[in-house]
Amino acid sequence: MSNVSKAETREPLIRLSRRASITPRKAWTIRIVAVLLGLLVCGIAAFLLIEKLQSNPGKIGEFYYTFIKGSFSSSRRIWKFLKNVSILLCISLALTPAFRMRFWNIGGEGQTLMGVLSAIAVAFYLGGTVPEGVLLLLMLLAALLVGAIWGVIPALFRAKWGTNETLFTLMMNYVATFIVSYFLIIWVPSGSSSLGKLKYGKLPMIVNEQLLTVIVVLLLSVGLYIYLTYTKHGYEISVVGESVRTAQYVGINEKKVIIRTMILSGALCGLAGYLIAAGADQTVTTNSVGGQGFTGIMVAWLGKFNPLAMILTAALIQLLSQGASQISQDFGVNNALPNVIVGIVLFFIIGSEFFINYEIHFRGHSKAKGGIK
Amino acid sequence: MNIWVDFLITSLAFGAVFMYGSTGEILTEKAGHLNLGIPGIMCMGGAGGCLVLNLVGKSSLPGFLIVILGILGALIFSMLCGLLYSFLAVTLRANQNVTGLAMTTFGVGLSKVIINKLDSNIYLIGPKLLYRWPFAERRDALQYLGVLFFLAVIIAILSSWVLFRTKVGLHLRAVGENPATADAVGINVSRYKYVATCVGSGIAGLGGFYYIIDYMASQEAYLSVEALGWLSIALVIFALWRPHLTIVGSTVFGILFSCASYLANVKWLNITMATTPLLKMLPYVVTILVLIISSIRNKKENQPPTSLGLSYFREER
Amino acid sequence: MERQIALQMRGITKRFGMVLANDHVDLDVYRGEILAVLGENGCGKTTLMNMAAGIYYPDDGQILIDGKEVVIRSPKDAFDHKIGMIHQHFKLVDLFTAAENIVLGLKEEGRYNIKAVNDEVAKIADRYGFHLDPAKKIYDMSVSEKQTVEIIKVLYRGADVLILDEPTAVLTPQEITRLFAVLRRMKEDGKSIIIITHKLNEVLEVSDRVAILRKGEHVATVNTVDTNEQQLTEMMVGRKIDLNILRSTPVNAVPRLIVEGLNLYNSEGIQVLKDISFTANGGEILGIAGIAGSGQRELLESISGLQPVANGKITFNNPKKDRPVSFYHKNMKQVRELAEKGAFHDRNMNNVSFHGMRNKAVRKWVESGDVLFREDEVMNLRDKDPLEIRQLGIHLSFVPEDRLGMGLVGSMDITDNMMLRSYRKGRAGFVDRKKPRAQAEQIIRELGVSTPGVSTPVRRLSGGNVQKVLVGREIAYAPKVLMAAYPVRGLDINSSYTIYNLLNQQKNNGVAVIYVGEDLDVLLELCDRIMVMNSGRITGILDARTATKEEIGLMMTQTERREEAAHE
Repeated sequence: MSNVSKAETREPLIRLSRRASITPRKAWTIRIVAVLLGLLVCGIAAFLLIEKLQSNPGKIGEFYYTFIKGSFSSSRRIWKFLKNVSILLCISLALTPAFRMRFWNIGGEGQTLMGVLSAIAVAFYLGGTVPEGVLLLLMLLAALLVGAIWGVIPALFRAKWGTNETLFTLMMNYVATFIVSYFLIIWVPSGSSSLGKLKYGKLPMIVNEQLLTVIVVLLLSVGLYIYLTYTKHGYEISVVGESVRTAQYVGINEKKVIIRTMILSGALCGLAGYLIAAGADQTVTTNSVGGQGFTGIMVAWLGKFNPLAMILTAALIQLLSQGASQISQDFGVNNALPNVIVGIVLFFIIGSEFFINYEIHFRGHSKAKGGIK
Repeated sequence: MNIWVDFLITSLAFGAVFMYGSTGEILTEKAGHLNLGIPGIMCMGGAGGCLVLNLVGKSSLPGFLIVILGILGALIFSMLCGLLYSFLAVTLRANQNVTGLAMTTFGVGLSKVIINKLDSNIYLIGPKLLYRWPFAERRDALQYLGVLFFLAVIIAILSSWVLFRTKVGLHLRAVGENPATADAVGINVSRYKYVATCVGSGIAGLGGFYYIIDYMASQEAYLSVEALGWLSIALVIFALWRPHLTIVGSTVFGILFSCASYLANVKWLNITMATTPLLKMLPYVVTILVLIISSIRNKKENQPPTSLGLSYFREER
Repeated sequence: MERQIALQMRGITKRFGMVLANDHVDLDVYRGEILAVLGENGCGKTTLMNMAAGIYYPDDGQILIDGKEVVIRSPKDAFDHKIGMIHQHFKLVDLFTAAENIVLGLKEEGRYNIKAVNDEVAKIADRYGFHLDPAKKIYDMSVSEKQTVEIIKVLYRGADVLILDEPTAVLTPQEITRLFAVLRRMKEDGKSIIIITHKLNEVLEVSDRVAILRKGEHVATVNTVDTNEQQLTEMMVGRKIDLNILRSTPVNAVPRLIVEGLNLYNSEGIQVLKDISFTANGGEILGIAGIAGSGQRELLESISGLQPVANGKITFNNPKKDRPVSFYHKNMKQVRELAEKGAFHDRNMNNVSFHGMRNKAVRKWVESGDVLFREDEVMNLRDKDPLEIRQLGIHLSFVPEDRLGMGLVGSMDITDNMMLRSYRKGRAGFVDRKKPRAQAEQIIRELGVSTPGVSTPVRRLSGGNVQKVLVGREIAYAPKVLMAAYPVRGLDINSSYTIYNLLNQQKNNGVAVIYVGEDLDVLLELCDRIMVMNSGRITGILDARTATKEEIGLMMTQTERREEAAHE
């Protein structure tokens, strides 16, 4: 594209080129500006959707304040916030090894749900017949195993026949949902399809109900960071993700890596399911995971598949959605508002990546310009 | 009328939701874009249509105009979503999976907030009869087949015709298969992607609208549109990326989805409650099997478009 | 009657960064003639024609069609001026039929009627004697059929000037004969045809005139009837240039890598290596010369275990007899195991077994240099993947042509790229970054890699620095055999000399170096022997000190008469 000398007459108004590099500081500035712009648009959207704001525009300050209030106004809320962040983070962590390998596992929802189901199944059938400690252990093993199986099935077909993993894992989510409703009908013959809280299989309290989950997931993010950055497996995952040809050149068996990584990814989803089952809900419904398998994908992507950065992005998404639920309560709006808020902010962050990856050249300016200054 | 014929007709009517959804998704995928935002876009289509009907439903406008305005409302809302998706995924070259999922989160949420504010007495009662022309007076299953059902069939067939029989379709498929080649022969890749995504979104949006207003015509219907959206994405695979096959596929999906309640009446089958979810699971299992079999057989025509999921950047030719 | 000029290029200049690809090149093509554009790889012949076809835009110069200056900025502009180019890499949609590909992108009035298109395509095919089924899908086609589709695509758009880039490179002898017949028929029809090539006998067979390019400059244009192979070769390769690369005389060269009767087929079932046999000796540089795509890449890849060969032998010879055992490549466990097998003897030819000895004593004895190997190691490399070759303890290094796509991982930093070869070391599951980091720092220091630091992703480095990292890593691995494919391609003079020196150093260390290159001057000055490859065959192995450029040039380009080949 070096046809500058004669091409001025028809050089397009805007020309793009891939950035060679960008300083982390600049990149993060762009992202933060994007989030702030997103929040601004959220305010406008709220104004359009919430009658109470239209009649009293001065309340817009309260609107933003409620984001914070929703998560931090009482210690109970803070703990609830931390627990929710942990579960969401756990699912995104589980997906990360697969994404690093460029294996688009969008089946986190199903893998996690199968983890919840199998843990609860163990508690349902064995609860009371074995000591609580043994029961908890068996529940954990069941969740890990079933999660791993749910994850490895698409991986096997991808490795053997190149079956499209995005579509495969997506379908597996719904199969999982219906397996859950099948068991609910079997377990609850009355027809109400609601299992209710089980008496057995509850993780012990450390200070309070949530702390153990928070600790486990924090350890997991550090552990996964170490796994991906400092181990041979993690290194192989990065090489396979970057270039299959390079992997072959140094003798890495990429099929083996795909299968091994998806076992890990599925098992970690199972762990998230276990934390939901034994750490919080003690029951299972078709909505036990509540779409966090999908939100987790975005958390992982926003965190650039870096387990430590993902702690922040998970917290951001959770903060937004919890704050928005508080808003829908306080302002009397439908409880789907959090989705709208999170969606708007996500659009801005997704769009901002463009300005990080590409440079924009305007006609007449010989110097390259970034998108947002 | 015979219970089986009734069953078939209701399945057909139900399947039209998928016909809209997957025809829309096929158009987008043929341009190389896996749009996971379709469930959200279908919800938004429903919301847009209901919003317009809520405004004009009690006015003295002639019936056919109300019908057309409702459809236009659905089209405008869903096409705006398609435009937003295209801007992010085509112009800004964002990751398609993430953009689509964000679109679904946003669309599902916003549609619920909107519809929740509307008066179901206005947007449901009048339209139901209008949309079920010409069978509105029937008391048997035929009453389910209305204007929007036939529109779905027509759109599916028309889409296939455009895709496989016209120059525009040829160019569109070239964009999805090999954008670099398309670019080299002077096809405007971005424009095709934009148009396909927006038109596809509009069609999908009609599906959500149809389900709320016509097929279910109930106040709670909008809550289950999202699930049908995901099933529509599954149907794309089942129909092997051919819009006219969605007519067959959606009927099969409709039958599988609703057969449990019918089969319960058949004594010798001895169906229990527990079988229902297993039957409802079948469409997904069948889709997985189709996906696996087509990847093993590796017949080129039955594969996803080659550049599906990848953004195109010319860089240096 | 005065002949009409169809296309004229005047003073065309094109730069890519620092490289001058075309320097004031002039070219004329008449109506109803076949013009051959002849030159070595990288002489700028494809770049020049790409400017006529609208792929690149010239920095300077004019293009005239029928005497009028025109501006060509895109392939579409070129088509509007009735110029069409058939590239080496076909631009076709696999899933479409021939006819669908041919009409792709054309804006015609009226309804799109595939039947009419099929008829039209069949008519063009008939007129010039092509064999093509318009309804056949591209993925079902052979390379030659795909080429036919590309040619008809250009004709269908009404092109009067056809440019074919290396059209015979992918064809069988029979297909070439058929293609030439078609080209002659088009010429009689008044079309102008330009074929880009480096095959002399084809130039002589089919063209009316030849334009010769060398290093971006237009050397001459001659009438084909007035010239011969000898003269064309001389114009193509030019006079020998002195490069002053230091070359030492090989000392006690021993056979290292022995390849016998190697045959290889690619994924499309075409034979790309034909009965290859040669020996690479330790302590010398074996150069491989040949037109790009003559099988060099496939040969190196099959030796390093990346391509499964059909038949033949690849053996690695490790001369060890009566040489002292060391811990340099072997650990205590391996040494003890080998001793148990009776692989060692002492200075008095007595068997050494280390039975009942403590590790410390064994170490002392081995390090004294009195434990000797009983015989040479000969290892089979065929049907082993790169990992198995490594596990055999064979130090085989390979600098592939595709540096960032195969040899290195672009998004990783220098340290992590060092690890690609060595990350499996150590028993624990963790990688050790200390040694690779030290290695990275050493390479940066010793080879003068200019980089902000060891943690810079290699993608951000310039081409020369990327190559230094890659070659540095492969050398750090203490190779016995070092294979390098086009290691100086795209590098500036200084970086190139750094690489030559590194290769020479390795040679002096007793490594068997295999160097695949394209610049004959470099091959002649750097290597000890030069092996010439031509369409998957070895056409000769020469002593680099006595061989001439013309000799090699002829071996690279000459093909046996096709009539004979067709009888095989």
